[in-house]
Amino acid sequence: MVSQVDPTAIDRIIDKYQSEEGILIQVLLDVQHEYNWLPEEALKQISDRLGIPFSQVYRVASFYKAMSLTPRGKHLVRVCLGTACHVRGAPRILDNVEQTLNIKAGQTTQDMKFSVERVNCLGCCALGPVMVIDGEAHGNLVPAHVEEILNKYD
Amino acid sequence: MKKITLIIDGTERTAQEGMTILEAAQEAGITIPTLCYHPSVTPSGSCRLCTVEILKGGKSRLVTACTYPVEEGIEVKTNSAAVRKTRKMLIELLLARCPSVPVLQELGREYGVKKPRLKKIKDEDCILCGLCTQVCQEKMGVSAINFVGRGVNRTVDFPFERMWDVCVACGACTYVCPTGHIQNEAHKVAQLKRKLGIERKCRYMLMGAVSNKLCPHNYECWRCEYDQRTEYRLGEHPVLSLKLN
Amino acid sequence: MERLRSFEELEALRQALIKKRDTKKPCITICSGTGCRAYASETVSTAFKEEIKKQGLEDTVDLKTTGCHGFCEKGPLVVILPENICYVQVKPTDVDQIISQTIKESKIVDSLLYTDPVTSEKAVHESEIPFYKNQTRLVFGNNSKIDPTNIDDYIILGGYSALSKALLTMAPEEIINEVKNSGLRGRGGGGFPTGRKWEECRHAPGDKKYVIVNADEGDPGAYMDRSLLEGNPHSVLEGLIIGAYAIGSHGGYIYVREEYPLAVENVFIALSQDEKYGLLGTDILGSGFDFTIKVHRGAGAFVSGESSALMTALEGRVGEPRPKYIHTVISGIWDRPSTLNNVETWANVPLIINNGAEWYASTGTEGSKGTKIFSLVGKVNNTGLVEVPMGTSLRDIIYTIGGGIPKGKKFKAVQTGGPSGGCIPESLIDSPVDFDELSALGSMMGSGGMIVMDEDTCMVDTARYFLDFLSDESCGKCTPCREGIDQMLAILTNITEGKGQDGDIELLEEIAEVTKDASLCALGQTAANPVLSTLRYFRNEYEAHILEKRCPAGVCKALISYYIQPDKCQACLICYRNCPVGAITGAKKQIHVIDQNTCIKCGICFDVCPQRFSAVEKISGRPVPPPLPLEARVIKKKKSKGKK
Repeated sequence: MVSQVDPTAIDRIIDKYQSEEGILIQVLLDVQHEYNWLPEEALKQISDRLGIPFSQVYRVASFYKAMSLTPRGKHLVRVCLGTACHVRGAPRILDNVEQTLNIKAGQTTQDMKFSVERVNCLGCCALGPVMVIDGEAHGNLVPAHVEEILNKYD
Repeated sequence: MKKITLIIDGTERTAQEGMTILEAAQEAGITIPTLCYHPSVTPSGSCRLCTVEILKGGKSRLVTACTYPVEEGIEVKTNSAAVRKTRKMLIELLLARCPSVPVLQELGREYGVKKPRLKKIKDEDCILCGLCTQVCQEKMGVSAINFVGRGVNRTVDFPFERMWDVCVACGACTYVCPTGHIQNEAHKVAQLKRKLGIERKCRYMLMGAVSNKLCPHNYECWRCEYDQRTEYRLGEHPVLSLKLN
Repeated sequence: MERLRSFEELEALRQALIKKRDTKKPCITICSGTGCRAYASETVSTAFKEEIKKQGLEDTVDLKTTGCHGFCEKGPLVVILPENICYVQVKPTDVDQIISQTIKESKIVDSLLYTDPVTSEKAVHESEIPFYKNQTRLVFGNNSKIDPTNIDDYIILGGYSALSKALLTMAPEEIINEVKNSGLRGRGGGGFPTGRKWEECRHAPGDKKYVIVNADEGDPGAYMDRSLLEGNPHSVLEGLIIGAYAIGSHGGYIYVREEYPLAVENVFIALSQDEKYGLLGTDILGSGFDFTIKVHRGAGAFVSGESSALMTALEGRVGEPRPKYIHTVISGIWDRPSTLNNVETWANVPLIINNGAEWYASTGTEGSKGTKIFSLVGKVNNTGLVEVPMGTSLRDIIYTIGGGIPKGKKFKAVQTGGPSGGCIPESLIDSPVDFDELSALGSMMGSGGMIVMDEDTCMVDTARYFLDFLSDESCGKCTPCREGIDQMLAILTNITEGKGQDGDIELLEEIAEVTKDASLCALGQTAANPVLSTLRYFRNEYEAHILEKRCPAGVCKALISYYIQPDKCQACLICYRNCPVGAITGAKKQIHVIDQNTCIKCGICFDVCPQRFSAVEKISGRPVPPPLPLEARVIKKKKSKGKK
């Protein structure tokens, strides 16, 4: 996968922290936010600049849910599986999302349009079950709604 | 160093302040089973096999001997019924993941594990003790391999599963691996041999232990006098004893 | 904004701000916590802004967006000051009416008032609404009065008076004693006496010490900390600075989970305003005390909310727990003494300093002082954030404040303490919320998540759900947690899939014991609680799943079948049209039938069948009746049994 990682952009992100200690996770989050994933070249550059072994940087990137080592889809579908939503039937919503998009949670559709993630508690428990797509919350869901909502995103 | 008095298995022992229960027990000649412990690296307390029972202030508690510091007046039981029951289940849990690993099978026999009660989840031979990653980081100082991922999907690997040049085939990881899973030394040597035009630098030179030595043995260190002499003198893999950083 | 260099200057500023504020001028306040934003409260704010501008009323009425009010079920919430008129479920289309009637003519819009579902009584003020009037909102109450991005609002309410009292008139040991005597215990789940923790840290050797706010709030279903941090960040910061001074720390951290972008944003704004006023940085309030705070975002790992893991993450390493035989107050971040406390714990500190330990200890029970904020969610009518004195009964919270169970269903259990906690059944619903009482019942206080469950909740599935969550979140370092949770999950999954065997329960209990005793951190040590507590109170459900292959609550997909009752079906074709796999055959006047082999048990037919028919039922533990022969599926005009 060819990615266009701009080394100056990575430098800019690192410089923001002005040699503070313990910033690896923050830098990785910023790069993730910028590119929607963590390309290998970016990790290499971070390792070189921060003086942290490459395997350590990779380890951190592989540990956290918010970080993705593969490119993510255009639209991020986060289905809440917090306990309150679970009790209100969230697993059936997730089933429906997975069935409609033909992928499992944690995966991205072939056409790179959607990535699906399970999350715990978005704090909209009154609306449960809820899913958030690109930051927009869709609540009081029943499985029948799912396809209709997903079709709204191009 | 302040001296601490504690009771281990009914007998009063003295230990230095700062020692762990495991070290104190070893000094007293008592064996506590371990998997993820090695004297040359920091104890991680991850396998939990060295669990022992301690009595402190009238309360009984199960703790890991490799990380628990000796305390004045505590009573340690290294082989009580509670301890054996815990260790047995830990071994069963590990066997469910790594049924073919000899060291686990032996522990199973010792702790009376007969037929498997737990569902066989995997057929791994890595028990995730982390010793390989620790020697690479703490002794070699290069961190060529590390843990990847979390939970049951945790593995040990090179980043992006590709061997890279920081690994110099020192063989320390292979040496400390309790199950024989890690084979990096052999793989890296094969890779080094394949590279054309490379000066055959002795791996001890790459480690910084000797200077300007080229390898005359095609990286078959078992034929090398320096390697054999060093290991014989130190009683263990050179990387673990040489003060390289 | 001028730096404040003394208590007098802070007071003078406060008085000036109070004087400047016209308390008679109407002010429209709109709840803008994340919950209400999900209800599009921002469109309501925008609509108000536009309407006010359109009508040229900028000088006549103020508009303020506030933090979370707590009554999330009825959002978006709008409160009109100074009369404190509370409107619920406000839409942008209501804005016109509110402005023309309430603002311009001081008339109340009845249709927007809260209506009691039982008595049909309308409530004009928040204080009349049962949800609010039975709470004691000492910590959370200010949320609705504050614009979290404006420090002046906080100062007007008396903000930072506790800080100036502590820094300028009290010695660190005095502060620690006050906190000790108040009886404050950690609100993050551990319940450790806060004063004692601070004291231990103060006495630990080393001159570089840290204080940390744990805003990781990983328990699913809990969002109190989020709402506090979003809605009233200064209350937390004030507590943190006081604590830092008491312990002797000059560097603080706020660890916020990245799933809370609004909280991160509002904290940054609050910090910069604190710096401008000289309430942070060097020589705070002219006291000579220096203190700075850094914000660190989490990255999606529940385990990193564990205190030693969090500290490791702050060091920039993977946020995995480490052995804690030496407490983190002695050896924490970079092996230096570190005091970590939860958001709510820090927010309680200014109250204690301002009002005294004795006042604080007069609320609550013997072992649990003060109030606690709970997120009351799940199968409950009044979903939201609830603050009550410790010792309040679960019944009061769920029924008096929570309004009971919706749709006339029967209460089954309340789950507290998140994945480390347990389920409490109806027989114990009069139990008080108290650290030790809840632990004795096999659950725990936890961070405050309170999930209500009804007769349609399967307790075996609930245990499986928690273990699935923990399996996903376990760091994988230690054997009993990594492998033990996985094995318990495998057994529970089998049970919910109808593959449970005799001996499964005993094996679960054995694995649970080792996970509890031998795990490295609290995630593993408490992982078995959901299993053990559901076994304790709902063993019969486990036995039904294992021995009868029946799910009493009708939840476990492998154990249920959907069946259209021929005598109730009115052949309306709704389920037929909505079935995603075409498993239903039917036509107008022909009773619908589900093909059990094609059915994927999605439950859509059950949802869409009109309530007046309620023809679809869930069958579990007994065979599905064979479908009627085609000829017998014709519906006669009169509602007969349908079989001829």
